[in-house]
Amino acid sequence: MQVLGEFGFRLKTETMASASTPTYNSNNLENNSSKNASRESLRMEPLADVPQLPGEERITDKDIIYICPFNGAVKGKVSITNYRLFFKSFEVDPAMTLDVPLGVISRIEKMGGASSRGENSYGLDITCKDMRNLRFALKQEGHSRRDIFELLFRYAFPLSHSLQLFAFLSQEKFSENGWNVYNAILEYRRQGLPNNKWRITFVNEQYELCDTYPTVLMVPFKAPDEDLRKVSAFRSRNRIPVVSWIHPVNQAVIMRCSQPLVGMSGKRNKDDERYLDTIREANGQTAKLTIYDARPNVNAVANKATGGGYEGEDAYQNAELVFLDIHNIHVMRESLKKLKDIVYPQVEETHWLSSLESTHWLEHIKLVLAGAIQVADKLSSGNSVVVHCSDGWDRTAQLTSLSMLMLDSYYRTMTGFQVLVQKEWISFGHKFSSRIGHGDKNHADADRSPIFVQFIDCVWQMTKQFPTAFEFNELFLMTILDNLYSCRFGTFLYNCESVRDNMEVKEKTVSLWSMINSENGKYINPFYTKESSRVLYPVASMRHLELWVSYYIRWNPRIRQQQQNPVEQRYMEMLALRDQYLKKLEELQISDSPRIANNSNSPASPTQLVHHVQTPL
Amino acid sequence: MLSLGSGGGKSTKPSFVSYVTLEDMKIKEKEEGLRSKHPYLLPGEVVFCSANHVLKYTQEDASQRGVYGTLLCTNFKIAFISGESASQETAPPFRNKLLSENDIPLTCVDHIYGVSDEKKKLIIGGQVKSKYPSKLIIQCKDLRVFHFSLTYAKEEEAKKIFQGIVHHSLEPKSLKCVFAFSYCETASPSQASRKSSLTLMFETKEDWSMELGRTKGNCKVSSANEDYAISEKLPQFFVVPFAVSDDDILRFLGKGIPFWCWSHHSGCALFKMACLPTIQEDGISQKYMHRMLDAVTQDQLCPVKIEDLSSCLPALQDLQLSYNKFKQLFLIDSTTEFWVSDMKWFSSLENSGWLEIIRQCLMKAVEIVDYLESAHTSVLIVEEHCSDLCCVLSSLVQIMLDPYYRTRSGFQSLIQKEWVAGGHSFLDRCNHLYQKEKEAPAPVFLLFLECVWQLLQQHAPAFQFSETYLTVLSDSINIPLFSTFLFNSQHHRDTAMKPGHPEAQRSPLNFPSVWDWSLQFDCKAQSLFTNPLYVEKPIQDKALRKTSHQKHQRQLSLPNTLSKPSPRKGFFKEETDNLKKIFLGKRISKWLNPTESSKELYESWQRKPLDYQGLLLPYLDGPAVRVWMQRYLRWVPEAQIFGGGSITTVNRVLELASEIQDLQKEVERRSCRMNSSIEWKQVYSGPPLSARLSSFPFTTTHAWSFKPAIPSSIRQGLGSVSSLADKEDDDSQGSGVL
Repeated sequence: MQVLGEFGFRLKTETMASASTPTYNSNNLENNSSKNASRESLRMEPLADVPQLPGEERITDKDIIYICPFNGAVKGKVSITNYRLFFKSFEVDPAMTLDVPLGVISRIEKMGGASSRGENSYGLDITCKDMRNLRFALKQEGHSRRDIFELLFRYAFPLSHSLQLFAFLSQEKFSENGWNVYNAILEYRRQGLPNNKWRITFVNEQYELCDTYPTVLMVPFKAPDEDLRKVSAFRSRNRIPVVSWIHPVNQAVIMRCSQPLVGMSGKRNKDDERYLDTIREANGQTAKLTIYDARPNVNAVANKATGGGYEGEDAYQNAELVFLDIHNIHVMRESLKKLKDIVYPQVEETHWLSSLESTHWLEHIKLVLAGAIQVADKLSSGNSVVVHCSDGWDRTAQLTSLSMLMLDSYYRTMTGFQVLVQKEWISFGHKFSSRIGHGDKNHADADRSPIFVQFIDCVWQMTKQFPTAFEFNELFLMTILDNLYSCRFGTFLYNCESVRDNMEVKEKTVSLWSMINSENGKYINPFYTKESSRVLYPVASMRHLELWVSYYIRWNPRIRQQQQNPVEQRYMEMLALRDQYLKKLEELQISDSPRIANNSNSPASPTQLVHHVQTPL
Repeated sequence: MLSLGSGGGKSTKPSFVSYVTLEDMKIKEKEEGLRSKHPYLLPGEVVFCSANHVLKYTQEDASQRGVYGTLLCTNFKIAFISGESASQETAPPFRNKLLSENDIPLTCVDHIYGVSDEKKKLIIGGQVKSKYPSKLIIQCKDLRVFHFSLTYAKEEEAKKIFQGIVHHSLEPKSLKCVFAFSYCETASPSQASRKSSLTLMFETKEDWSMELGRTKGNCKVSSANEDYAISEKLPQFFVVPFAVSDDDILRFLGKGIPFWCWSHHSGCALFKMACLPTIQEDGISQKYMHRMLDAVTQDQLCPVKIEDLSSCLPALQDLQLSYNKFKQLFLIDSTTEFWVSDMKWFSSLENSGWLEIIRQCLMKAVEIVDYLESAHTSVLIVEEHCSDLCCVLSSLVQIMLDPYYRTRSGFQSLIQKEWVAGGHSFLDRCNHLYQKEKEAPAPVFLLFLECVWQLLQQHAPAFQFSETYLTVLSDSINIPLFSTFLFNSQHHRDTAMKPGHPEAQRSPLNFPSVWDWSLQFDCKAQSLFTNPLYVEKPIQDKALRKTSHQKHQRQLSLPNTLSKPSPRKGFFKEETDNLKKIFLGKRISKWLNPTESSKELYESWQRKPLDYQGLLLPYLDGPAVRVWMQRYLRWVPEAQIFGGGSITTVNRVLELASEIQDLQKEVERRSCRMNSSIEWKQVYSGPPLSARLSSFPFTTTHAWSFKPAIPSSIRQGLGSVSSLADKEDDDSQGSGVL
C-alpha cells in the first residue's frame, strides 16, 4: 500500500487537469486554467488572467518556483494583490494555478539562507489555516526574496501593519443583501416569541449589560431588567441566561449563558438562583431544569480557582447538572494539528485507522454531537435546559446551534442555516477574530482554535447521516469555511456585535450571504425533501462518523478525484431527464386537450408530480 | 411486550399464540385447514423438538424485556414463534419466503453461549450434559445475535430444546443430513428446477463455447474430463489452450494445466493453474511446464506473466483468523458494550486486519489487470489447488475489466464459472457439516463479495446490482438449500444428488440454485436487487448486445490490437527460473514491487473521464476502503440512523426513476394518440418506497425506538490528553491556570 500511496505525488500536472469534470470540492481555490499565452510573453509581462475582485489591487509580480508536494517543483510567476496570492506555471499545457486568499495564511517563514545549498532550498514557507502549506523557491542571487517576503507579510497580516482588512476595501456588489438575512426580532417572532412567558428586553441596547451579547435579548417575562443586572454580576463576563430557542409545542426552552462566578469559596447568588427557577417554571412542565455544562467535570471544578465554577446542588435545588465532557479550545487546536499531520501532504497509509483515532478529532466531534443530542432529546421531552461552558461562546455555541439544527427544520434550509450562524455564533459573540486571527501575524496565539470548523464538521456529519434533510450541500459548507478565513466578507470579522457596530461592518463590508444568496443554485442539495417538525437524531458513534475527506484532504489531487459523488451526479442527470419529459408532456397536453393544462410548469416535489400524473386523465 | 422489571408480569402465564401472523402464511394455513400453532414449515421440514414459554429478549434492551413464544428446532432451522411480535405495521416491508425474522438456519449458527448463574460459557458440540443453561445466546453467521431465556419453560422441554439445538447445529453431520436433501425429495420438482435463464451455469460445453465466443478467446473447450474421467475436482468441461492435449491433462490429473478464465480484447488472456504435485522430479516437471507455458503463449501471441498467490497473499488460516476478529466487532450484546467498543473502534478495525486483506486482494487484482490492460501480457494465476484466492483474484480482475460481469446475470455467470465450476470447496470452507478434521474453514467467498462491495460503493453507477443484492447473497451462503454453496465440486454435487440406491426409480435430485431468487423473494423484494444508479449501455448497443459490446471495448485501445506483434514472445528467463521454484512447491519471495507497475495504469485511467462501462479500478487509500455497513451493522440497534442513512437518497433516486418511467409511458401514449385510458393504470409497480426506512430492507424497524442513542462511558476515552486539557479557554481571564 505504501507504494501505491506515493504515486500520487509523482503525478504530472496533466493529471490534475484531467479532473476535467469540475470537481465538487476544488472550489476554485486551486485550479487549472486553460492554455494561454506562450512562455516568453509570460516572463515579460505581468501575469495575465489574474482573477480580480472589485477593489482588489495588484501589489507585485515575481518569477518563482512553486514546490508542489504532489507534482514537484513548478516554475512560474506569482502575483500578489491586497487580497490574494496567485501563482501560474510557465508550463501552459496545461497551466497549473494556485489561487490563495491572503486571509488563509497563518504564518510565513523564510526557508534557507543565501548560502544554502541544494536545489530550491532558498525561499518561503507558508503555513495556511486551511490544512495546507505552500512552499516557494527563489533565486539565491541578490536577496531576491526580501521584497516579496515583506510585501506578503504586510498584506497577509494587515492588522499587524495598520492596514485595513480586504473586506473594507472590497467594492463587490451583489443582487442580494446578506446583512438582511438575520433580524433578531423577526427570528424570535418566527419562534412565536415574545409571548406571555417570555419578553424581549432592550436592557443591552448600548451593550451596557454585556458587551459580548447582542442588543436584543429574550428573557423570562417575570424577570425585570433590574434582576437581569443583578444576575449578570454573577455570570462570567455578564453573559446571563437568555433564550436561544423555544419548542413550538411543549414550550420548553434552550437557554445559553456563561459559568456562574462561584469561586473557591462557593459563593451563591439568590438572584441567579431565582432567575433559573423562573426559567424552569415558564413552560409549566419542567420539574427539574437541566443545566448542561459542556466541560469535563474536572475542568469545571478547576475553574473555581479562577472565580468560575458550576451550579452547585445545594444552591440550585430544582436543577440537575450534567457535564458533557467536551474539551477546551486548546485540545481542539492540537487535535486538528495532528489531523493535518496525517493527511497533508501525504495521507498516512500504513496505519490509517489507528492514526486517525490518535488525532482524536472524530472523538471530539462525537462528544459535541452527543452533547447536542442530549440537549435536543431533553427538549423534545418537554424540559427546559440551560447550556453553558466557561464563557459561553465556544462549546455553548456549538451545542445550542447543533441542537437547534436537530430540533428545528427551518435551520436546515439555506436561509435558516444562515440565520442560525448569524444568531448563535456571530451575534452571541463567538470570538471569530481571536479564534481565527484575521489579519494578525501572531500565528502562535493561544486564543486561536478551530471551534467553528468543528461545528461545520458536525453539521457535515449530520448531512451525511440525513442526506435529504438539508437544503444546502457540501459546497455551501465549504464556501462558509473558505470565507471564514478569506477576509473577503465582513461576516466573520471581529469578536462581537459591539465591536462590529463600532467598525461599521454592516455599512462598510459585504456579507458572505450576499454572495451565496445571489448564486443560490450551486449550493442546493438536490435530494432535499422539505419536511417540517422532524427531529433529527444523528448517531454519534464512531461507526458512522467519518473524516470529512473532501474538505480536509482536498488539496491532494488523487484523493480529491475520489470524492466525486456519483449518486448526486446521476440524480442530477435524472432530474434533467424528468424535466425533458415534463416539457414534452406539457407540449403534448397543450396540443391535445386544453382541459388538463394545469400546473405542469412546476418542477415541484416529485411526489406531487407523480400524483398529478397518476390521476387517470 | 412484557416487562420483566415489573414484578407482576413475571409469574403470570405468558401468552403464547404461536402461529406467525404474516399474511400469506395465514392464508396458506387456512387453506390447509390447519388453524394450529404449527410453525411455517417448508416441504420436507420436520420439527425435532420444541419448547413453549421461551422468552426472547428484544435486542434494544438486552436483559430486561422480551417476548414469549415457542422455540423449535427442525431439520432446517431454529425458529422462534410468538403471537406477540410482528403486528401488521411493524412487520418488515420485505421478507424472505424461506425464513421469518426469528428463524436461524442450522447452518447459519456460528456460536452458542450458555449463561447460567451470570456466567457466559461457550457451548461446544458433543460435550453437552443433562444440565441446561438458563439463557441461550445464539450468534449467527449473518451477524444476528439472539438471546433466549429458558427459565420459564418446562424443565423437560427446555432440556430437550437445548440439546436438540446444540446437536443439530454444532455437531458434525453427514452431507445427507443437510436440509436440501429432504427438501428436494419432497418438493415438487417444478418448484425446484426453475433456472434463471440468463445465468450461464457452465455445466455444458455450450456455455463455455458461448463465453469463449463472447470474449473472442483463442482457446478450445476440452471434454477430456467428461463424466469426471480424469479428475473429480475438475468440471466436466473447461477451456484450455489449443496445444494442451488430453494426455497433458491426464498426466498430472489436471494439475499444472493452464485453465482459461477470460480473454482481453487485445488477445492476451487470464489463466489459472494448480501447482504440480511436489514429488515430481525436476526435469520432468520443468519440461512439462515449459510445454504448458508455450501452449499459452502460442495461442495468445503474448508473453505470459505468472502470479503465484501463495507468495503474496495471506494464507487461508490468516483469513479465518482475521475475519473472526473482525466479526467480533459487530456481535454486540448490549448497549453498554456498543459504546465501550466505540471508543477504540478504528484501532479495533485496524487490528482485525480484515480491511487490509481486502485491500491486498484488490491491489493484487489491479496488478493483474495492469498486465492484461497495459502490457497486453497474459497472466497465469497459480495457487496450490487453484480454487481459493485464485477464484477471488480471477473474478475481481474480470469485474474490473469487463462490464458484462457488473450486470446481475453476468455476475452470477462469473460466480458459476470461477467458483462453482472452478471447484471452490464451498462445503469445506463454510464448514456446513461441522467436521473439524476437515480442511480449515475460511471466508474466501465472503472476501470476494467484500471486495466487490468496495468497488460497488466507490463506483455505484457501474453495477447493475445493489448493495442489498450482495448482502442477501452473502446470507444465502448459510441457507442449506442451494446446490451453489453445498458442495466442494461439480462431481461432489453430481454424486450426492444421485439417488441413494441404484434400484430406486427416482430421478436424480435437483437442488435449486441460489440464482433461483424467486425461491427466496417475491418480485417486489427482488426489485431491491437492482441498482437504480446503474448507467446502462447506450441504447443502440442493446439490440446487438454481445457483438457491439466487443466493438465498444476495442475502440478503447485501438493501437494495441491483436495484429500488433507482441514485443517479447515467450516468457522471460527470470520467470522460468521462478517457475522451477514454484512447481517444486517452494515458496519464493516477491520479485516485483507490486505497485510500481500499477502506478501508470492509475494515472492513465484517471486522466480519462470515468467510463462506467469501461475499466474500473478501486481506490485503495486509507479513507477509501470501508466497512460494509449494511451487512455488518444492520442488526445493531444503536447504529441505526432513524429516518436517515444512504437509503434515503437511494429511495429518492428510485422514486425519480419510477416517475421518469411513468412520464415516459405517458409521453409515448399521448404521442401515439391512443386515447384509451384503460392502459394507463400501472403507476407504482415498485415497492412502497416510503416504507423503506431501514438500511437493510429485510429487517423490522419497529424495534428501534425513536429515542436517540446517547453514548455512554464517554469519559474513559480521552483520558490521556495533554496538559492543555486543563487550561482555561481564554487565558486572558484567569491567571491561575491549572
